[in-house]
Amino acid sequence: MTSDAATGRIRERFGVEAALADGAVQVSLPRERWQEFGAFAKRELGCVYFSWLTAVDWKEQGFEVLCRVENLDTGLAVLMRTKLGAGEVRCPSLTGFWRGADWMERECYDMFGVVFEGHPDLRRILLSDDWEGYPLRKDYAVDTPFTPYR
Amino acid sequence: MEVKPPVPQVPPPGWGDFKDLQEWEKYHQHRALDDKTSNTLASIAEAIHHMPGGWIVTTSTEKIFNWARKSSIWPVTFGLACCAIEMMATFASRFDVERFGMVPWASPRHSDLMIVSGTVTIKMAPMLKRIYDQMPDPKWVVSMGSCANSGGPFRYGYHVVKGVDRVVPVDVYVPGCPPTPDSLMYGLLKLQEQVAEFQKTGARPSPADRD
Repeated sequence: MTSDAATGRIRERFGVEAALADGAVQVSLPRERWQEFGAFAKRELGCVYFSWLTAVDWKEQGFEVLCRVENLDTGLAVLMRTKLGAGEVRCPSLTGFWRGADWMERECYDMFGVVFEGHPDLRRILLSDDWEGYPLRKDYAVDTPFTPYR
Repeated sequence: MEVKPPVPQVPPPGWGDFKDLQEWEKYHQHRALDDKTSNTLASIAEAIHHMPGGWIVTTSTEKIFNWARKSSIWPVTFGLACCAIEMMATFASRFDVERFGMVPWASPRHSDLMIVSGTVTIKMAPMLKRIYDQMPDPKWVVSMGSCANSGGPFRYGYHVVKGVDRVVPVDVYVPGCPPTPDSLMYGLLKLQEQVAEFQKTGARPSPADRD
């Protein structure tokens, strides 16, 4: 499937703007349709490869979760993103469609504190279990004490 | 709070008798303090030292022991980051620290020196401390590279210990990012100079005190 065809199908099915930029079809979705789009991207666009997932802290506008999936046969890449809204940390999980989303969502939870609903094992992955706070949030102070080493 | 060690039993308690490794270490530390036999050599040396003319014997044996100590420093192979690559180069045939009597050894129990080669993260610091505690006295630490010295480029990150001297005492700091094998070897030679002056008291003389 080409990028143009994918763009057309996304517009038709979800009614949101989709455009090819930086080598990927970029689409911004409401939080409620995040999982629906995941199923669509995997089953209908053939994006079986889960590349990465991360988040952006837009301060008072809240978090935005980004995820890139790819169709390795046709070279189609889809960059999907969703704004969670101000003060909102809950986001639907994509682990039901891609097993690769498991650790990525754990890392995102570890660094940003985004709680992925439906994740089978959501706990810290990189930082120690007794870590307080989420260090990649904009309001995290890097000199937060961590006794006895800092 | 004073931690009372369990009453020693024969045979000594096994792993299963302790709640966790910390309890086991506490027990064995106290055991070492109470164990009179382990101080036999030290008390003999003290007795000889106070005999008439005995200090000549003890000071010269001290020199011999220090010569032996500095000539066979075994560093524990403990690599943390890119500095470890340079450390391995230092150990390998081109630079070859073995001509100084240094044998990289894969066990802290047989080692005298820990070269902290790389970034110490907050998550790694307890493990580093534990390896240091597992080394027998006397022991030395070389802090290798900017990260181990002060945190380096990651000093203002959220996850890095700002200098390994916040975790263990350091004897020699080797600057560089990463230090070349030459730099590390210079640091190791400086360490040998320190070890030559090592006293039983554990005091580490500064370079100004020598000569």
